[in-house]
Amino acid sequence: MSSDKAGSAPVVTQPLQFHVPRPASRPGEKPDFSDVVIPKAGSVARPPVDVDPKDIRDLAYSIIRVLNREGEAVGPWAPDLSHDDLIRGLRHMMTLRTFDGRMQMAQRQGKTSFYMQHTGEEAVSCAFRIALQPGDMNFPTYRQAGLLIAHDYPLVDMMCQIYSNERDPMKGRQLPVMYSSKEHGFFSISGNLATQYVQAVGWAMASAIKNDTRIAAAWIGDGSTAESDFHAALVFASTYKAPVVLNVVNNQWAISTFQGIARGGSGTFAARGLGFGIPALRVDGNDYLAVYAVAQWAVERARRNLGPTLVEYVTYRAGAHSTSDDPSAYRPKHESDDWPLGDPLIRLKQHLIAVGAWSEERHKQAEAEILATVIAAQKEAESFGTLHSGGKPSARDIFEDVYAELPPHLRRQRQQIGV
Amino acid sequence: MPRMTMIEAIRSAMDVAMGRDDDVVVFGEDVGFFGGVFRCTHGLQQKYGVSRCFDAPISESGIVGTAIGMAAYGLKPCVEIQFADYMYPAYDQIVSEAARLRYRSAGDFTCPMVIRMPTGGGIFGGQTHSQSPEALFTHVSGLKTIVPSNPYDAKGLLIAAIEDPDPVIFLEPKRLYNGPFDGHYDRPVTAWSKHELAEVPDGHYTVPLGKAVTRREGSAVTILAYGTMVHVALAAAEDTGIDAEVIDLRTLVPLDLEAIVASVEKTGRCIVLHEATLTSGFGGELAALVQEHCFYHLEAPVMRVTGWDTPYPHAQEWDYFPGPARLGQALRDIMEAR
Repeated sequence: MSSDKAGSAPVVTQPLQFHVPRPASRPGEKPDFSDVVIPKAGSVARPPVDVDPKDIRDLAYSIIRVLNREGEAVGPWAPDLSHDDLIRGLRHMMTLRTFDGRMQMAQRQGKTSFYMQHTGEEAVSCAFRIALQPGDMNFPTYRQAGLLIAHDYPLVDMMCQIYSNERDPMKGRQLPVMYSSKEHGFFSISGNLATQYVQAVGWAMASAIKNDTRIAAAWIGDGSTAESDFHAALVFASTYKAPVVLNVVNNQWAISTFQGIARGGSGTFAARGLGFGIPALRVDGNDYLAVYAVAQWAVERARRNLGPTLVEYVTYRAGAHSTSDDPSAYRPKHESDDWPLGDPLIRLKQHLIAVGAWSEERHKQAEAEILATVIAAQKEAESFGTLHSGGKPSARDIFEDVYAELPPHLRRQRQQIGV
Repeated sequence: MPRMTMIEAIRSAMDVAMGRDDDVVVFGEDVGFFGGVFRCTHGLQQKYGVSRCFDAPISESGIVGTAIGMAAYGLKPCVEIQFADYMYPAYDQIVSEAARLRYRSAGDFTCPMVIRMPTGGGIFGGQTHSQSPEALFTHVSGLKTIVPSNPYDAKGLLIAAIEDPDPVIFLEPKRLYNGPFDGHYDRPVTAWSKHELAEVPDGHYTVPLGKAVTRREGSAVTILAYGTMVHVALAAAEDTGIDAEVIDLRTLVPLDLEAIVASVEKTGRCIVLHEATLTSGFGGELAALVQEHCFYHLEAPVMRVTGWDTPYPHAQEWDYFPGPARLGQALRDIMEAR
């Protein structure tokens, strides 16, 4: 067909095709991570924190790694952490995994309604927490409990929240795992995804407005980067050069939806920062040392008033999305076994053994100690009640804290239920 | 005492609040250097510097979301959404976050902030410069919602809102910015300078949240109104000669139920008046409360005079706007009802 208008494009008759990305493998198929390009440990350069963001655009497309296959810490990003620091880090991760196991079981036993595990992602929150200083504030999602555990928040308090019992710090108002602790630099978790990402930027702006020295850390998953608040956060962080670390935990999955539906694969999630002039790093999320080193770099940048950094943690959600989810319905059953970055606990353990600071015996002993500690905490928490038995928050607590003071209409409603 | 327009009174409130408390910050689209598209923040950036009053990217969820983070830090942000019609992108932050932060964290984090937004019609603003979305806020537990009707209240309520520990939605009827408006669109507009409620103290004062005020005492019927509709109610009472009592609610949540009940028990009749659309509007709540609390005093059904259940039209402004003619007819009807 030819056009009858001079200068217009030729008419194309081929029908359009609608594109819907598909994960590399589905249930029954062989796991395939050939798209995840893994550079050698130690191969990525470590620029100074005051580098011009334009000069490190390649870091948004690589993966910073420290631990190699032999468990050695190699390259410019190998952090200055003592063996004791690393053993403490390993114990944090082991505690989180043990805690997850117990709480997962408690949900199956009907002691609570809901739980979300961190399996495979322990290094991200546990190592990041160590890079922060007192007074800094995290704006976490529901999958960063390592921030609490690595800051010695009491396990009993976490469990009381999960059980919604009489000692629940949230007074039974919140779903399990929606912790809050200002004292521990852990902002109240909301069920609404991505909202906290832009709030973190505002908190950081406030710190700058007040000429404070504290910084904020924002957290989001790969799927939630599609929310508009992710975009808003990047605009505001960049415009006001806010002292914030913008963390993206890319665990490949948003419930049943693979990261390609959030348009992962179109560059990287880290690279989204580049369009806003925000320097971006991509890091092996299962490498405790690399996570710490990158966190430290980004935290220092923020603290030195050099502005925000976007960090993508490349990891894998080894467990189910939540206790209400069955991953075998949408991905190969043993996909996590093929994940090329391995297991963060095993990798740190091997490193510590390789440097002579740890052994299989000490590991077994630590496992037993941690299990005993977590079980003791669980027993104590359960002595204050579980969701359906024992002590629970007062019905009066329904009406408190809606406002600073109880307004007349809530007073009337409270009287109606006789509390 | 100086006379101020509502714009000047609102600006003065922020000036006073910023002068008294370094934690008060003001930002929004065009709010900083330019001083706001309605001039409400004119001069504040020059006086307090760019870290206290600044321009924001065009992102309502960004403005409200960052303000929530600032409030959680300990500041008292007073942010502006350019038109209430454009608050929807921020609605998730307002409803899911600002309103619930204190509750969900059991008081661990709080959200002392004010979101100012010009509201209401009567200015040929069409669909997206005329809406009155107050019911979308009054329905949300954890928010306080305010609509002033004059410069004195606007300043006193805004200072009280900024000092309040809870998130406050502050809806400014833009039709009242420069002068009172009673819905007689065919008469010359009057300026605030001729109005006694434009006498505004220069310094600090507050008008308490949660308190209504009687604008006209009457014995025949109670009109519950707020914002621009207060002036419409006064005009309709004048035009019809019906001895209406006009209550200016000022705060919608928490509501001054005592003032409402006292008036309706006295008059035995009640008309609820608002610009917002009828169905599920705040008037439905008011009517329900009046029948619940004043049932044995009512001599006629509670009536609602409101905008129609349509988007706000442009050319048909005065057929849509619930002006004194429509209210006057309702007043005559309710006096004859039995």
